[in-house]
Amino acid sequence: MSEQTKKGALQRFLEASPDSTGKTLFVAMTLCLCASMIVSAAAVALRPTQEANKLKDKQINILQVAGLYEPGVNVTEAFNASFEPRILELATGRFNDDFDVASFDDRASADDPATSIALEDDPASIGRQSKYMTVYLLKDDAGEIDKVILPLHGYGLWSTLYGFIAVEENANDIFGLQFYSHAETPGLGAEVDNPRWKALWNGKRLTDEAGELQITVAKTAPAAGKEFHVDALSGATLTSVGVDNLVRFWMGETGYAPFLANLKAGDI
Amino acid sequence: MSQTRREMLLDPLVDNNPITLQVLGICSALAVTSSLKVALVMTIAVTLVTAFSSMFISVLRNQIPSSIRIIVQMVIIASLVILVDQVLKAYAFEISKTLSVFVGLIITNCIVMGRAEAFAMKNPPVASFIDGIGNGLGYGLILMLVGFVRELFGSGSLFGVTILETVNNGGWYVPNGMLLLPPSAFFIIGLLIWAFRTWKPDQVEEREHKIQVVEAH
Repeated sequence: MSEQTKKGALQRFLEASPDSTGKTLFVAMTLCLCASMIVSAAAVALRPTQEANKLKDKQINILQVAGLYEPGVNVTEAFNASFEPRILELATGRFNDDFDVASFDDRASADDPATSIALEDDPASIGRQSKYMTVYLLKDDAGEIDKVILPLHGYGLWSTLYGFIAVEENANDIFGLQFYSHAETPGLGAEVDNPRWKALWNGKRLTDEAGELQITVAKTAPAAGKEFHVDALSGATLTSVGVDNLVRFWMGETGYAPFLANLKAGDI
Repeated sequence: MSQTRREMLLDPLVDNNPITLQVLGICSALAVTSSLKVALVMTIAVTLVTAFSSMFISVLRNQIPSSIRIIVQMVIIASLVILVDQVLKAYAFEISKTLSVFVGLIITNCIVMGRAEAFAMKNPPVASFIDGIGNGLGYGLILMLVGFVRELFGSGSLFGVTILETVNNGGWYVPNGMLLLPPSAFFIIGLLIWAFRTWKPDQVEEREHKIQVVEAH
């Protein structure tokens, strides 16, 4: 008995049968507490680095779609030197300065009922569309707009594709299209990342003389003409259909059409 | 101790390989072997998780109540997997983008649970750690072999470096699209198991059933 007390509380505890109810509860509680503390500490400590990575990845993609990316450049510097981010109100096609550009999050905005609308006609299968989007203006040395980089997204075969389209200052010529996040089948749908396919977009046009949206991703060229046609990916019919839908949706009336009309009129 | 440390480390590579002999961890082996780079990162992640989870579980083995031991193991494994995922997102963003959901699925990898339950619960921490490394490497060896075949013939490259110039990029090689899809890994793993068992016939399991020949009357 006296030996028992000498051992101290901890030792007695360690020697107790692990199968007693008290100890089972104690082990479960302690373990969960320790594990959750470690996990949350890691999540909190690493978040700034992760956010920086995400931002950098986005900036690299914007630089790439505008044809300005070269490996080894300081991404943040090159990005800040070239682009001016602005918040665009889609319905009016006007910039909105009520939001802080640096902290505005398009995806969070699309989930917020106050700043988004539920789509009834939803070819891109995105569910809710944000009323405001962050767009990036590329200005030339004289301060005139050279290109606009517009974010777009929509459903492919397996996943939502997130990307950017770069449109020239005449609001009609496409400079490039690039997706920065998707989970399409490697080798088939993921060929949307193939530089040779992406190069097809360069020089295509959005609308015809009458202002009708004609751009399409299809197996054969539409009647409107080759300058509106991007060849579909072979072996990836559904991804191609998805890209076609999302590009046509975002370039259409519910998307950037009002803004592009303003841009064409030189009135932004 | 019946096994030396060296045996613990090297046995799982061929003689007691978790994939080809125990046929565990097949699911993730199908998913991450379409390119070697991804397979390599997955190998490292699984090896680390198996080794450290075995070690921690072994440290606690005398305190773990048997009624909740599986859940305790899961909590430890899951915490480590989340750590790996967070670290990858912070320091290897490109790779974590391609691995996406599969890092999280290490939790459900039978090899990790299998080693925890079969080895770490009965052995001291250092031995468990080495056993974890060995099994992770055994898993990785198969991943790399499968990844080699799939990436070379599916995309014409190795570690992203073009070896066979594909038609899509203006070359001559028509890639085998099936190799990029998960089912092809089944065939390759099946062939590997066949090869291993031809090389080491003692791996062949005893027949459980025998087809009887009924004599015709």
